[in-house]
Amino acid sequence: MDQFAVKVFVRLRPSVLDPAGEATKSASIKLGAEGIKSLRIGKMIEVKIEGNGENEVRDKIDLLCDRLFANTVIEDYEYSLEKL
Amino acid sequence: MDNFTVGVVVFPGSNCDRDVSWALEGCLNIRTKYLWHESSDLSDVDAIVLPGGFSYGDYLRCGAIARFSPLINALDEFVKSGKRVLGICNGFQILTESGFLPGALVANKNLNFICDDVELDIVSSKGGWFNNGDEKQTIKLPIAHGEGRYHCDSDTLKKLLDNELIALRYKNNPNGSSFDIAGITNEQGNVLGLMPHPERACDETIGGTDGLLTLKSLILK
Repeated sequence: MDQFAVKVFVRLRPSVLDPAGEATKSASIKLGAEGIKSLRIGKMIEVKIEGNGENEVRDKIDLLCDRLFANTVIEDYEYSLEKL
Repeated sequence: MDNFTVGVVVFPGSNCDRDVSWALEGCLNIRTKYLWHESSDLSDVDAIVLPGGFSYGDYLRCGAIARFSPLINALDEFVKSGKRVLGICNGFQILTESGFLPGALVANKNLNFICDDVELDIVSSKGGWFNNGDEKQTIKLPIAHGEGRYHCDSDTLKKLLDNELIALRYKNNPNGSSFDIAGITNEQGNVLGLMPHPERACDETIGGTDGLLTLKSLILK
């Protein structure tokens, strides 16, 4: 069995308003940071998982992302995968 | 009809289950039974309420974990059989997460947790959940939520409009919901999800009785 470290990024879709991102953007500007055009907040999920090769692990992660980690009505996801 | 029993689902973190049971038993004389979320036997209830609260601490997303409970797995057959399901607040979030109703509920536009009475226009009485006569009807119900902003894409909104699935709209949109949507039904009309709390408006002494009809309609066939 191979073991993989997976980092999943879940983001609100561009069409969905992110009020937490807007509030943080506003605070960033008050802090004095200039030039911020956009700020959006997402989630990062770290998973250690084992399986028979990368393809099998990708299938499992795809299922997890599509059915649990993200709600695809409002969120997009992507992930990176590193063999340990 | 005397034996008609409404199942009130209890998840870890539900906090309106007793309110719903009080409103049904005490105000409407309808028998209720608490259903623990681990149960998948729905054979002795005739309708189901998914009450408000913070199931599983709202971890990941509101309603996201509850969706995988044995009870929600058993709900598909229950809904297909035409029996009635009412999702209030967190219950509405669970119904969208599990795909019984379209769209999703996300953080309020102003990020505030809003606890207030709101005026609602009855748009459709599909399924008989609301009284919708010739004249436009307005009711007042309490809301209490931080993540009640209904969101759907334009295709879904068109489908909701074309099929008269929008049950309630806010008169003064408090949370930024698409098209002021406060509650929707499925196409068959036997599933209703709404953010306002009808169970908190069932007695004049606590501010109104506009929620009675919706709870009472659980016993409709």
